Amino acid sequence: MTAIVNIFLKEGVLDPQGKAIHHALDAMNFEGVEDVRMGKQIVLKLSSNNREDALKKVEQMAEEILANTVIEDYTIELV
Amino acid sequence: MKHIAILQFPGTNCDLDTKYAFEKLGCSTSVIWHKETTLPENTDLVVVPGGFSYGDYLRSGAIAQFSPVMQAVIDYANKGGKVLGICNGFQILTEVGLLPGALKRNIGLHFISRFQTLKVVNNNNDFLKKCQNNEVLNIPIAHADGNYYIDEDGFKELEANDQILVRYSDEHGEPIVVNGSVTSIAGVCNKNKNVFGLMPHPERALESILGSEDGIKMLEGPIA
Repeated sequence: MTAIVNIFLKEGVLDPQGKAIHHALDAMNFEGVEDVRMGKQIVLKLSSNNREDALKKVEQMAEEILANTVIEDYTIELV
Repeated sequence: MKHIAILQFPGTNCDLDTKYAFEKLGCSTSVIWHKETTLPENTDLVVVPGGFSYGDYLRSGAIAQFSPVMQAVIDYANKGGKVLGICNGFQILTEVGLLPGALKRNIGLHFISRFQTLKVVNNNNDFLKKCQNNEVLNIPIAHADGNYYIDEDGFKELEANDQILVRYSDEHGEPIVVNGSVTSIAGVCNKNKNVFGLMPHPERALESILGSEDGIKMLEGPIA
């Protein structure tokens, strides 16, 4: 099973990289972009095929190291 | 003679500057590899120095927080021992939870490396007791992730407990935006005031011929 962890700065926490990308898109005349947030994606290949177990484990990983929950939120997708 | 334990992770690059600085101030030092699980028994101050531990992978300081030596540092701090984190050391101390808040990418995205004036906000602690309140110090900064963030409740707590020790300022002490930090914060301590982290590098400001010797009084506090 594969777990995909997406990590983004929390709503309300200014994202300087997202802002810079937004500026660049504006400068390139791409219209209609209202906001840009930049995050990171961590893909984990797991040996387990038990979804509940995997979710629990990856949640613990996200809380302890993958994300800094002072400034970041995360989502976990199992595929 | 005071003994300073200076941590060294893969990618740390200010360990020897820090060693030089404290030896110049009359201390003995030992550089402690991150795989060690204990600190020297006679340690009077632990310094988590600057650099790029683990290449800043994942987040600055994120991986170093789980190095074996960090458990010894947490125990040392919890017993009241003094811990100073400089630059990457500050990032590591926030990641491991010894200091509140977090350090984000600079607002302008650039790595900033230059001399920067700082205002001493609170000297009623062991770290800055050799400095005057509102004194302006000239200290080098060199970082990409120095944008200090803390939520509103956390900020109120910092203020109420005098935990904000230095702010980026102009030469008159007026706060200025350097990297986007909340209220220009450059360094904070914990509630018990035995753990202090800051982005500027006092260990690089010891000789006026090299630009400033203001770092001396910042480092003299915790060893006095």
